[in-house]
Order: sequence, then structure tokens, then C-alpha cells
Amino acid sequence: MKVKVLSRNPDDYVRETKLDIQRVPRNYDPTLHPFEVAREYTRALNATKLERVFAKPFLASLDGHRDGVNCLAKHTRSLSTLLSGSCDGEVKVWNLSKRECVRTLQAHEGFVRGMVVRFCGTSFFTIGDDKTIKQWKMETPGYGEEEEPLHTILGKTVFTGLDHHQKEGVFATCGQQVDIWDEQRSSPIRSFTWGVDSFSSVSFNPVETDLLGSCASDRSIVLYDMRESAPLKKVIMTMRSNTLCWNPMEAYYFTCANEDYNLYTYDMRYLEKPLVVHMDHVSAVLDVDYSPTGQEFVSASFDKTIRIFPKDAGHSREVYHTKRMQHVICIKWSADSKYILSGSDEMNIRLWKANAAEKLGVLAPREREAANYSQKLKEKFQNHPQIRRIARHRHLPKSIYHQTKELRVMKDARRRKEMNVRKHSKPGAVPVVSEKEKHVVTVVK
Amino acid sequence: MESEDPEMEREDAEDEREDAEDEREDEEDERRRLRLVEAITALRGGRKKPLGERSEAAVRVSEFAVTAEGERQKVQLSDLIEGAQQSPAVPTQTRKQLQNLRRSQKTVEQPLSRQESERVQRDLAFQKAAVHVSRWKSVVTQNRRSEQLVFPLNQEPSGPKPLEKVVTGWRVQTPLEQEVFNLLSANKQPIHDPVLSPAEEASLRAMSLEEAQIRRAELQKARALQSYYEAKARRERKIKSKKYHRVQNKARRKEFLKQFDQMVKTDPNGALEELNKMELARMKERMSLKHQNSGKWARSKAIMQQLELNKDLTQKVRSSLSNLEEQEDRASDPELLPDFVNDAEPGQVSSNPWMRGELSAEPAEAQRSEQEVAAAAAQKEQHEEGEALLRDFESRRKLRQKEEEEQEAAGQDVEDSDEEEGPADQEEEGLSEFRSLFRGVAEGLKEAAATASSAGCSSAPLEGGLIRIRTVEDAELLPPEDVELLPCSESPPSAPQEEAPPTGQKARGSKKRKRNIELKEVLTKDAKTVTVPLAPTLTDTADGSDEELDQRGLIMEAFAGDDVIADFLRDKRKQEDAAKPKVVDLTLPGWGEWGGQGLKPSSRKRRRFRVKVAPAEPRKDQHLPGVIISEQRNGSLSAHQVSALPFPFENHAQFESAVRTPLGRTWNTERTVKKLTMPKVLTQLGTIIQPMTEEELARKKASAAGAGKEDPHKTKDQKRRARKGRKRHQKQLKQGSGRTEGIRCECKVDLVD
Repeated sequence: MKVKVLSRNPDDYVRETKLDIQRVPRNYDPTLHPFEVAREYTRALNATKLERVFAKPFLASLDGHRDGVNCLAKHTRSLSTLLSGSCDGEVKVWNLSKRECVRTLQAHEGFVRGMVVRFCGTSFFTIGDDKTIKQWKMETPGYGEEEEPLHTILGKTVFTGLDHHQKEGVFATCGQQVDIWDEQRSSPIRSFTWGVDSFSSVSFNPVETDLLGSCASDRSIVLYDMRESAPLKKVIMTMRSNTLCWNPMEAYYFTCANEDYNLYTYDMRYLEKPLVVHMDHVSAVLDVDYSPTGQEFVSASFDKTIRIFPKDAGHSREVYHTKRMQHVICIKWSADSKYILSGSDEMNIRLWKANAAEKLGVLAPREREAANYSQKLKEKFQNHPQIRRIARHRHLPKSIYHQTKELRVMKDARRRKEMNVRKHSKPGAVPVVSEKEKHVVTVVK
Repeated sequence: MESEDPEMEREDAEDEREDAEDEREDEEDERRRLRLVEAITALRGGRKKPLGERSEAAVRVSEFAVTAEGERQKVQLSDLIEGAQQSPAVPTQTRKQLQNLRRSQKTVEQPLSRQESERVQRDLAFQKAAVHVSRWKSVVTQNRRSEQLVFPLNQEPSGPKPLEKVVTGWRVQTPLEQEVFNLLSANKQPIHDPVLSPAEEASLRAMSLEEAQIRRAELQKARALQSYYEAKARRERKIKSKKYHRVQNKARRKEFLKQFDQMVKTDPNGALEELNKMELARMKERMSLKHQNSGKWARSKAIMQQLELNKDLTQKVRSSLSNLEEQEDRASDPELLPDFVNDAEPGQVSSNPWMRGELSAEPAEAQRSEQEVAAAAAQKEQHEEGEALLRDFESRRKLRQKEEEEQEAAGQDVEDSDEEEGPADQEEEGLSEFRSLFRGVAEGLKEAAATASSAGCSSAPLEGGLIRIRTVEDAELLPPEDVELLPCSESPPSAPQEEAPPTGQKARGSKKRKRNIELKEVLTKDAKTVTVPLAPTLTDTADGSDEELDQRGLIMEAFAGDDVIADFLRDKRKQEDAAKPKVVDLTLPGWGEWGGQGLKPSSRKRRRFRVKVAPAEPRKDQHLPGVIISEQRNGSLSAHQVSALPFPFENHAQFESAVRTPLGRTWNTERTVKKLTMPKVLTQLGTIIQPMTEEELARKKASAAGAGKEDPHKTKDQKRRARKGRKRHQKQLKQGSGRTEGIRCECKVDLVD
């Protein structure tokens, strides 16, 4: 007699320890789950609501400066170190994890205009209104030692911007002209001039390390190659750009913060028109910094807000503000892409989360999976009106809210007028000019 | 004259060679003349020396401002190349070139202005930079397209590395070091820690002469022995005689037993191990179905021996089981007892019927058939009769088969076995006869019971709550050991649904009631229950069922006047009525005839002005008694629906399918969920993300090259995957079209559940 017995391997259904989760056998046949979309929609809605509930981006305020914070610098080797220079010439070194100032030094007389940490992280450079470039040791001087710069270079004119090469002992300053300096020499190894301008900022390309970009007061952005004797190209816009930041992951893209409330992302090879116009600020944009992942950037504005833009989106995904924060002068995105640091007029440095609702610290695997799942759900249902409404909702200060409205009205009026003019003139006499093309005056070779 | 002279020279440049001597003479003449003029002017007395120009050292000296020895003379090419013509050191080629140069009439173009030249310079530099920077394009596009970006880019796996990897990863750094290591390796010198060279190691390993000789002898002997044994084994393997092998096996076994006995005395542990091994071998053999006498051959002959062996092998199991089970086994032995003995332990039967063997399985089947009968009885009597007939035939056929088999077996037994088994077979025959008789009787009884119960059920809706008592009476009619009453809960779920409508109608007059009540509890209303007597299955559940009944009673009491089903049906009818198109009467009294109180428009007119509407399409739920499908648009839903096609999608189907694909682990396997919910950007906590470097470019290029090589495989694989995805997608579309598109189903109550 044959006996047939059903046999199952206990490994398939018995958990290894009692701490494990019980195995739940499931039947994934779609006919058995008729309401999957509805259920996921509910989950997405809940996730979106929870995200708004947990969105608490402000982490800490570092106070200690006795004047407005004019510049910030990230440490290149240490995540927890931040340097800040203020309008009274004082430089402070901060420990971010302890949220305290670890060192203070009087670097300049007048403003500290720019500051940058050398790529090795052992020293940093400052420039000031006193026409000097100073190099300082990163280490705090020992007991009884004087706080003295390693080197001091006395320039002919005031310096306004400073940046250091990514790998070599070369740095660039700008003022009346853009100078390239060797760390070992007291005179610039190269100076670039193109017309008579004053430059507001200069920045090295972090990927293609010999390229530079600078913003000039004649409303232009000028590109340079450190190895060439002449600048490369210049684009003149309708208004002046304040700062410029290169994308650290995509060699030929850079974004500039403009006085006309917008930011512009350019491809350095095609300067005729920007790739994206990032709108949302209601006052001049003063500073911009890319996330080290190159996916997003953050901008600081005179309108007392910070906004985070995806690199290819026309509008911001996030706006940060507090009642006490005044005009934001400088901004940095931390090197681990998790935090944002802002220095503002009212002498404070603020620490923000880059993702407002993100849980900080180490996540348990299940926690992380749940977060990933809810993130994907939000993405999947982002076009559904209820979810979009909740996800987009931000509280804005009254003034900004009204100003946004006002700007919209103005823009609409202008467009309407243009349309009317076009309607009443010969066909082709008033051409349609796209938003991107509007802001570029000319490209100078 | 002086100024003309050189011009003249240039003009007749062709015949310069001929004129060269004349020229020299001319120059000399001129010099003489100049000297003469000077002397004459000096004689005049007036000291008129030309004032030498005073000039600053210019920052830039133009190459065009070079002056000749005389003050206002220009340098001519001929002055410069004069020597070249004569000297033999200058090659002829150069001379020719110089001549050509002298002959050519072209004037050099004026150089560009500074602004223009700078612009050219800038343009060139920009083009160069643009081309140079464009090499990142592939990386950028690749990163933009990739599903996941992991930062920092040049990540090394954390944690300690295996030593081998560290050692292999270690590379010589400087050329000097490289040279040193090359030398070392060429001379077989140790590079790493062991200080001995291979030669030294070999010398250490070497042994003395005597030792070597002894070792050699040993090896020789071993080899000889091996060959001898091999030959022997080969010879033995060739022997085909079964007898030989049997004898040999036997001898071997005996030997082993002897050894084992000895071992028991000397080395009990080893003996135990041996015993375990034997046990294992026995178990393996038992599992191998070797001695199961299931084959044709095994049945025909030589069964006995194998059967015995089987018995021996299987005996161990029985002994290992507990006593109780043993008893049961013995009780359930198909050869000894009729089937009603099995029924005395129904719990066992239900728990593991396969342990029972043939006979215990049959009652189970009988039970099932009884259940079927009961269910059928609730629906149709005719059908039941037919089935009973069929079953009767079936049972008879089975009986006949059994008898035949047993006779056969008996015959074989007589043929093969000893005389001892004879009486046993006879006994068996008697038993089988008894069994068949008994079964016939029992089945007759069951049929009677089934018909009785069906009669009871058919009258159930009329008599309401009295059913239970009736069924008890039924149960009394039935043979007590064979058929037993089932509690109400065991009734098949389909039965109440059949009975539902009339009761609903009856209870329609009742007051308004609460809703949202557990369906199952509500459905236990005694008016609708149909209890069907079933064969006894579980005797030990009697206590539990009593408790359950109490619980049920409580719930019934609590929701005494509640009739959800009736409410539902009323709801449905209301909706049906509302959806029916209505006849519109457009007759206006008084038009074309007399009007007034008490006067009605004529029937002809009424007929004429009544607008008849086309009958509505059949409702989708007309054949679904438990479902209401509303085809009206629900306005409250539109707030949650997407009004316009979102950006990246090209058509509605695309978007719908994207939304319809579930992401959660409720609908997907673990791996799929992991893949679907993979975050777009992954960063590591507390690490600095450096900007992209040239290495990344090189790595991407290398990986792209690698991918290009394996391209055909990959594309095939991708295609296959894509096809699969498409299929799945289509399937989903088909399934989805039923539920989400078009009509929205509203399932208020699902009675079938």
C-alpha cells in the first residue's frame, strides 16, 4: 500500500528565533486584492499628512557673532566644523555637533569678505576689506601662543571673493580683476581683466578643476580657464548676478543667484540661454550652494527666506524662514547632504535639515523600509489633487505671501499687455520671447 | 639718388647676381662720396652736427622699428642675406628659399588689433574648454538615467577586509621600489615575512639517505599491495554467480556480527555508533520503497520473503511509537476489524486519516458523501434520489471488487504460503462478508435519514424556530451510532441565502433598526437557519457547541428585531425603482375639449400625449442578489481624481497603469518591494561626499566598455524582461478594466461571504 503524505519543510514557516517576525504566507494573486489602488491612495495620503506633521526643519541657532555674518566656509575634512566670518572682521570656528564656538579670531579690519578652507583641511584663507589675504592654521594655537596668520598678502585693491582649487595649492580672488594666486608667492600668477569691472564672486569648478566662473558688476558672468591667458566667455544678463555655484556632480552646469529674484542654471557650453529659470524668491537672491549630491541647491535671499530647489525644477520644493531671521547673506549645504547652514544679518548662524520631515540619526531597517515605501507612495500619487494640495502647503510670512501675489499680478499684467500689443501689431513684429531668453542680454566672445 | 638706389635694386632683383659686384662698387663709391661731403662741410667751418635723438627705453620694442647702421636707412633683406649667398655652410635649399622670398612681391598684411586678437584667443580657448568639458557628458547622462545614485561615489565596503585582498591589493609604489622588488623576485628572494628563500626551504625539507631508502621500500610495498587488491576486486566483481555473492554476503554479515559482539564487550561506545549506523542503513532501506512489493513482479512471486523483510524493517516504527498508538494501530488493522470500530474514534480519523489504512479512509469518504447528500437534500429531492441510486451502484461495485480481490489474494496465499495462513484467510473472508452486509444496512439507514431531513428542511421556513426540535426527532429516528445531529453553525452557508428572500419580505413591516452589525452573527437568525442532520464527525465538540449555542442565543437576543438582509433588499428595490424610466404624461386638460371639475381628458388624448420611454437597459446586478451596483457618478470622488494628464506621461493608459501598479508588500513579493521602493539617492550617514573626480570618468568608461562587450546577452535579457512586463501589464489592464474603469461598484453587503 502506497502512502502519500504531505510534507512541508519547517524552514519555510518556522521563524528562527522568537524575536523574528512571523512569516506570513501571502497570496499575491491580483484578483484577490481588488482595492489595492484605493488602499495605497489612503496610505499615500496619510504619509503626506504625516510628512507635513513631522516637518520641523529648524535644528539650532549658533549665536556669538557681534555683527552680521558675511561669509561661511565648510571644512573640507570634518563634517562637524564650520567657519564663519562676520562684518566686524571676526572669524569664528564652530563645532556643529556641540553647537558651540570653539575658536574666535580677529582676522581683518572691516568685513571678512570671503573665506575658504584648503582642500587638505589644515589651513584656511580669509580676505577682508583691509586689502589683505591671510592664511590661518586650522588648529587652535596652544596656550600662550599668539593668534597669528601663517601668511599675509597685501593686495593693491579690495578683495571681494575667494575660492580655492580642488587639488592644487592655487587659489583665486576677485576684486577689480580676477587673480590666480600660487600659495607660495605673494603676487598673482595670473590676472584676468575684461573691461573695467568689479567682481563680486569667483568660484572654481569642483569637477573640471581648472575652470572658474565669476560674477561681475556689469551684470555679466565670466568664465575662465586657469591655464589660459585670456578669459573664455561672458554672458551679460538683465540684472547683476551675486554668486555662482558649480554643480559638483555635473561638470558643465552652474547656477547663479541673480538680483532679479531668480536663479539661473546654465550649461557653460551654451550660454545663450539658461537651462532653467528658478523662480520663487520675492527679493534679490544673495547666495546659492549646491548639495554635494548635485541633485538640489539651496538659495539665500534678501527676502529673509531660504529656498531649496531641485536642480531642474522651476520652482522650489521647500521654503525655510523664522520670525527672527533677517536677510540671509550666506548659505552652505553640508558635505554629507543632510544639513543646511545659513548666516544672516542678525548675527546668527542657523542649522536646518535638508529634508524637513526626515528622521535624523540611524534608522532601524524596518523604519528605513517604511520611509522608503511612503516616499515612493508620495511620488506615485503626487499628481492627485488632495495629496498635492497637502504636500505643497507651506506657511509663509505675511509680507512674502502678499509680495508673491503682487508679483504674480504684475507678471500677469505684463504678459497681458504684451499679448495685446502683439494682437494689435503686424504679425511677427512683436515676437514671442520665452522666459529663458528674456533675461540674457548678450553673450560676449 | 640715394633713396632711389635701393629701390632700383629691388626692381631688378632678377639680375641681382650679375649686378652684385657692380653694387658693391656702387656702395663703396657712395661711402667715399659721403666722406667727401662731410669733409667739405667741415671745411666750411660751420659745426653742424645732426642732433642725435634722445629717446626713452621703450617698454615694447617693435620689430618693425629696427634701423640700419645709417640713421634713416631701412634694413634691406639683401643686407641680411648677403653672407648667406656666399658662404658654403648654408645649404642650397635655404638659398633657394631665400631667392624665392626675394622674388616674391607680396607685402605682409597688417597684424590684427589687440582687441580682435584677444577675441580670437578667447574664442579658441572657449572652444577648447567646451570640448574638454564635454567628455563628462556620458557620465552626466548615465547618472541622470540611473535608477539609484549612491553617494559618496568612490565607496569602499566598510569593515575589516580579508588578508588576501589586502595583500593582493598592495602594489609597488615608486620606481625604485619596483626595481628592488623585481630584483628580489628574479633571484627568488623572499619578499614578505618568511625569511627563507625557496632553495633554503627545500634544503631544510631534505632527509638523510637511510630514511629515504626506507621510505622508498615502504612506498614500493604499498604499491604492490594496492595492485594486488585491485586485481582481486576486479576478479570478484566479474563473478556473476548469485549464490556466490549470497554466500559471501552472508559470511560478511556473520563476520560483522561477531565483530559487533566483541565490540559490545570491548568498546561499547563504538558498538553504539555501529548500531546507529545500522539503524540509519535500515531506515534508508525502509524509505527506499525497495521492499514494498508494489511492482508487478513483486506481486507475482517471491513476495513472501520480501514481505517478511518488510515486516522486520517496519516493526521498529511500531515499537518506537507510544503504547496508545500501538493499540490504535492494532485496532485499526484493516485485516481484523470492520469499519464501525474505526468510527468509535472519530477524532483520530479526522486528525490523520492516512495512518488508518484503507478501511478508515472509506468511512471518511462515506461521511463526505453523506454531507453531500445532506446538502443536496436541502436543495432538491430528485437530485438526491439520483445520487443515492448512483451511490448504491458504486457501493455494490466496490463490494464486488473487494470480494474478487480477496478471493484472488486468498488463492495466491493458498498457492504460495504455508498451511498456517489458511484459517486466517477464511476468517478474513467471513469478516469481509459481514462487513459488506453491515455496510449495506448502514447505507439504507443513511438514505432514510437524508430523505427525512430534507423533508424537514423544506418545511423549515414555515415553522420557524421549531426546527431544532424537529431535527432532534430526526436524530432519534436515525441509528444513534451512525448519524448524529449537527449544531446549527455547521449548516452549509449557501442554505440560508436560498431561504433569505421570503423571510425578508415577512419582516419588512418591522421598525427601523440599527445597521453595521457583524454579518455572521446576524445571519444566524433562527428563522433562516437550516439544520441538516449530518453524519457524526466530532463527538468531543458537543460541549463546545453548547457554549457556542449559548453565545449565539445571546447575540440573537441582542439583535432580535434586526434584519439587515431585508433592509438591503428593500434598498435594492428602491434603487431599481428609481432607475426605471418613468412614463411622462403631457396631457393638458381642457385643450381641444371641455374642461372643468370632474371632467377627465379622454383616454384617446391621454394615450396620445403620454410619452413612452424606452425600457432601461438591464441592470448589471440583476443576477447578483447580494450586490447593488450603482452606475451613477459619485461627485465626492472627483475631488480625489486627477483631472489632467500629468507631465511625463504620454497617454491615459500609461498613467492609469502606473497608478494601478501596487508598491506595497501586501501585493508584492519582498524582492519586488525592495526594488520598487529603492530610494533615488542613497547617502551614507556622516560621510563627506566629495565632488566627482576624473577617476569616476575612467571608471564609467570602463564599465561602459564592459557593458558594450556583453551587449547581446544583456539586450536579450532586457527584451525578455520587457516582454514579461508587457504581458503582466496587459493582464493587469484586463483585470483592472473590470473593476476600476467605467462603473464604480458599490458593494454594500456581500451575502455570499
